[in-house]
Amino acid sequence: MFADFLVRALAAGIGVALVAGPFGTFVVWRRMAYFGDTLAHSALLGVALGFLLQVDPLLAVMAVCLLVAVLLFFLQRQQRLPSDTLLGILSHSALSLGLVTIAFIDNLRIDLLAYLFGDILAVGSRDLVMIYGSGIFALVLLLILWRPLLAISLHEDLARVEGVPVDLVQLAFSCLLALVVAIMMKVVGLLLITSLFILPAAAVRRLSRSPEQMAVLAALAGAVAVCGGLYGSWQFDTPAGPSIVVCATLIFALLQLVPLRR
Amino acid sequence: MGYEKQKPGDKTESLLTLEKICLVRGGRHILENVSCAIAPGEIITLIGPNGAGKTSLLKVALGLLKADSGQVVRAADLRIGYMPQKLVVDRTFPLSVARFMRLTGRYSQSQLQQVLDAVGASRLLTARLADLSGGELQRVLLGRALLRRPQLLVLDEPVQGVDVQGQVELFELIGKLRDDYGCAVLMVSHDLHLVMIATDRVICLNQHICCTGTPEVVQRDEQFLKLFGPAILPHLAIYNHDPQHRHDQCPHQGCSCPLGQEQDHVR
Repeated sequence: MFADFLVRALAAGIGVALVAGPFGTFVVWRRMAYFGDTLAHSALLGVALGFLLQVDPLLAVMAVCLLVAVLLFFLQRQQRLPSDTLLGILSHSALSLGLVTIAFIDNLRIDLLAYLFGDILAVGSRDLVMIYGSGIFALVLLLILWRPLLAISLHEDLARVEGVPVDLVQLAFSCLLALVVAIMMKVVGLLLITSLFILPAAAVRRLSRSPEQMAVLAALAGAVAVCGGLYGSWQFDTPAGPSIVVCATLIFALLQLVPLRR
Repeated sequence: MGYEKQKPGDKTESLLTLEKICLVRGGRHILENVSCAIAPGEIITLIGPNGAGKTSLLKVALGLLKADSGQVVRAADLRIGYMPQKLVVDRTFPLSVARFMRLTGRYSQSQLQQVLDAVGASRLLTARLADLSGGELQRVLLGRALLRRPQLLVLDEPVQGVDVQGQVELFELIGKLRDDYGCAVLMVSHDLHLVMIATDRVICLNQHICCTGTPEVVQRDEQFLKLFGPAILPHLAIYNHDPQHRHDQCPHQGCSCPLGQEQDHVR
């Protein structure tokens, strides 16, 4: 009774959620929500360039996101502008540049909504390979960076004095985040990517007793949101990406009612 | 310019030497021609009004900020324990004290317990970091700095957010830790009165070094009184910078920083 495309959608969604959860915990701890948004918005420029240069859109998105991550890293170090101003500039200029570029390409009729809000039901087996391959790669590297990242999240200068290669770790984390954003685009769309970082992590953080527990619980909460969202989308004929996010929001709201353990 | 390690054969006794440090930001001196040396086992306290460059000087000493001119010379393989000014722990950052202390090094449970005993925070090992009070957090930070068996403890306002009784205890503790662990201490403090409890040498900073010496000497120093105003005289506890005070009366030499030697850059 389950159609193939539904199975693929479920596999892609769960895969993405499992990766987004642990990364989301750091996005929450390090207050990088706007950073995630900026990466996500620049993904559209990647899509446009992919069509223009006739390379695989996903690879083009990865390349552009990585480029933006590295660019941001160096611009933020210069401290010429406040961080959020810088992010705002890059975020919206990349998004607009993407939209304008797409308009310039003749005889290209792409479904913009699919990129903005995701097209999880159109996930192919090649997408699945990319999602799981990149996802596992990102998670393994995150595991290696885990302890230094925790130290930096608590106090950057303290970590630096204690010998943590702060810049290297931060640059690596930004690049991994860019990679994860790229594989998330197909599932929830670039306008909703940040929600899949933030919502599961924010939902479970009151219940967690250690950073690791929070990462695992966030991954699970994200996976549940994907299942619930897809089911809702199937039942009520609503768009899949937004349905997943709505489901994640419900999980967040429900978990706020759980009394805090002392 | 830059950061040099002493060679093992060096005869220099000090753990850390700052030579003619200048730090310029936005065309203005944050630090001007600051020199000082920290001897093993010595407790040095930096005092000065807000914006005097105290924290910047610590950061230069730690290598977190690069001076625009001047030199930082560290003893070979100097182990530094650092306690930052403020550790803001998100209410829901799920981290225990034990995990926090182990974040950048591997220590046994008994090592952790030992330093927590030393700072009077024995029962906090399993507490959640976010649940600690201001004084408890300061003690845990101090204990964490001790874990590295430091030759030099660098403490940025170690008693902030602690009540007066707690401040006295903390300063006494710092003096005791120096005796027990044999480490030198470089700290910044806002409180003039209490800090005298455990200090060998006071450096009064306001971009440049206004005066330096033992607490007794500094308290009687003209520059010190000018810097903090006459209100300080009665009890030496009121912290009040006299805005009328002119620093062109303070003695200082020209320096080789980007602002140039000719310019009179003291305001």
